[in-house]
Amino acid sequence: MIDTKSVILPFNNLGKYTIFIIQEMGRSGSFFFRGFYSIFTIPFQFSKIMQQIYFIGLKSVFVICLTGAFTGMVLGLQGYYTLSKFGSEGLLGAAVALSLIRELGPVLTAIMIIGRAGSAIAAEIGIMRISEQIDALDTMDIDPIRFLVSPRIAASLISFPLLTAMFNVIGIWGGYLTGSILLGLNKGVYFSRVESGISMDDLIGCGIKSIVFSLIVATICCYQGYYTHTRKEGHGAKGVGFATTSAVVISCVLVLVSDYVMTSLLL
Amino acid sequence: MDNHALIELRNVSKSFGSQVVLDKVNLTINRGEITTIIGMSGVGKSVLLKHIIGLISPDSGDILIDGRNISGLSRREKGEIKKRFSYMFQGTALFDSMTVHENISLPLREKNRLSKETIQRVVMDKMNQLDIGSMAHKYPSELSGGMKKRVALARSLVTDPEIVLFDEPTTGLDPIRRNAVHSMISEYQQKLGFTAIIVSHEIPEIFYISQKLIMLHEGGIIFQGPVEALKDTTIPVVTQFVNGLESRHDSLTGLLPQPRGEERFLQELARFNRHNYVFSIILFRIRELDQIHEKAGHMVGQELLRSFSAELRPHLRFTDICFRYNLNNIIAILPDTNLEQARQTCSKLSKLLAKTRIKEILNESSLECSINVGFAEAKRDLQFENMIREAESSLEDACFFKNMEE
Repeated sequence: MIDTKSVILPFNNLGKYTIFIIQEMGRSGSFFFRGFYSIFTIPFQFSKIMQQIYFIGLKSVFVICLTGAFTGMVLGLQGYYTLSKFGSEGLLGAAVALSLIRELGPVLTAIMIIGRAGSAIAAEIGIMRISEQIDALDTMDIDPIRFLVSPRIAASLISFPLLTAMFNVIGIWGGYLTGSILLGLNKGVYFSRVESGISMDDLIGCGIKSIVFSLIVATICCYQGYYTHTRKEGHGAKGVGFATTSAVVISCVLVLVSDYVMTSLLL
Repeated sequence: MDNHALIELRNVSKSFGSQVVLDKVNLTINRGEITTIIGMSGVGKSVLLKHIIGLISPDSGDILIDGRNISGLSRREKGEIKKRFSYMFQGTALFDSMTVHENISLPLREKNRLSKETIQRVVMDKMNQLDIGSMAHKYPSELSGGMKKRVALARSLVTDPEIVLFDEPTTGLDPIRRNAVHSMISEYQQKLGFTAIIVSHEIPEIFYISQKLIMLHEGGIIFQGPVEALKDTTIPVVTQFVNGLESRHDSLTGLLPQPRGEERFLQELARFNRHNYVFSIILFRIRELDQIHEKAGHMVGQELLRSFSAELRPHLRFTDICFRYNLNNIIAILPDTNLEQARQTCSKLSKLLAKTRIKEILNESSLECSINVGFAEAKRDLQFENMIREAESSLEDACFFKNMEE
């Protein structure tokens, strides 16, 4: 006799998990819309948005410069050696600029900001949740999503494209440093290829990507922190730990997945 | 005062998983009253408060505010109701990345269209009243537990709410601060007329300021009624709980607490009825206590009350009984003493007490203070309350330590 339970169980679990995923998607979707909508409701939260731009944007500048420079430099090195095999090292400028602007710039910027600011957002909101600070906002009739989430979404929306642009420019200069100064490619050839290689579509694509990433990252990180208390695997400080981890993991994965989807649509 | 039900819970049930916390709870909260909820730890007192303010929704049952069921309201209407409420959390729930001043001013900054100057003035007023004026720029993590409680209290009162829910407002405070908080809640309640619901373990001190008492036990309401009805109750769980928590000495004054004092009164009355042993009572009240609270804060007022009690007790006979009758009144029962002798005792006391610590407190804060005293002599079949009333009606200025004398 086959135990029917053991047959049904995997399907049961699969069903439960699917329902859970769909629920989460729905909940985070409505969470995003409430947060996004509240950016535009009166009174505007200028000072809070400014504070978040300072935290998410300005404080990430150093990290973005550093990673941008090294990414560009390594692209310069790799690109030069690969291209020189085909005798076409003159194309280095275009190769570096295109890979940065179309792909690496938006993605790496997003991932660096997730690591630097996203985790902090999740932890901060998570701690506010477990210490009842969010409930306290609620009892004061202050909408916690408007108060906590909207300024972060707005700040990400402004910071991500600017930081991506910065990443790209510094990366291109990094490529110049290795390709031209270190390996002796002509400076004029490098920059003329940069200029001729990039089209407006590439830049628009880069902008679209960074905007989408900003919304994904801000929403997921706020969401994970905001619902820390509903996590089953851990409560209290442990819950905040899990929330931070899943904020980072989920936003990284979603950034890469959506990057693929967008690239295939934009190409 | 309009006394109809402001908040009503009908058959409210709530479970978390398999644990039933509230099981068909019915209760009413009257407008303009202080209602105290007591009960063992973990019995669901905080959950009950959170239901009232809408942080938790019931599994079944209705919560009515002003006769309107809150579950059917739109978000905007719920917001309108929330504006009338204020909630002081058990764990204070202060915003730890904001300073004390920002914490207290937040509800005003976010919700009211007040000018910066007005907000500053209102917030500083509240802070000074609570003796936290110097902490304005500190962060909650830099404060002690008692200070955090006071900041939370200031934050909950700064919007002049109509209904205030206090979740253990005084747990962890020392006796003077605890009594100062109680006296402040009572004073504001009288001044602003808000409705308060307090979850508290401070028995019997909390009874001095509350009008109604609710006891929660095993998911249900086991006692609900005016505080005076407590002593007539025969429900064993209630009497056990209350007697168990009741301290033998009043924590502020070190005298007997009110229920013990009343018990001793009844004993004396029985002696009088049977053997005709006459006795008198003297009621002491600090006359300018309200002004002192206003000028120097509730802490000074309570410190004064404490010092007075501490000085009073040793100057009475060993057989005299001295107890705290309510928030600001102290009663001495003098056995084998008639009215005339009681008056003589009192005038002796006024001379003895003239040069004491109280004087120093008064001089330090340049205040004036005198004690009002009232007398009453036992009569056959005279109830406790009636005798107190008689003493209150004969209140006179005893001029114990008016500053200008000497």
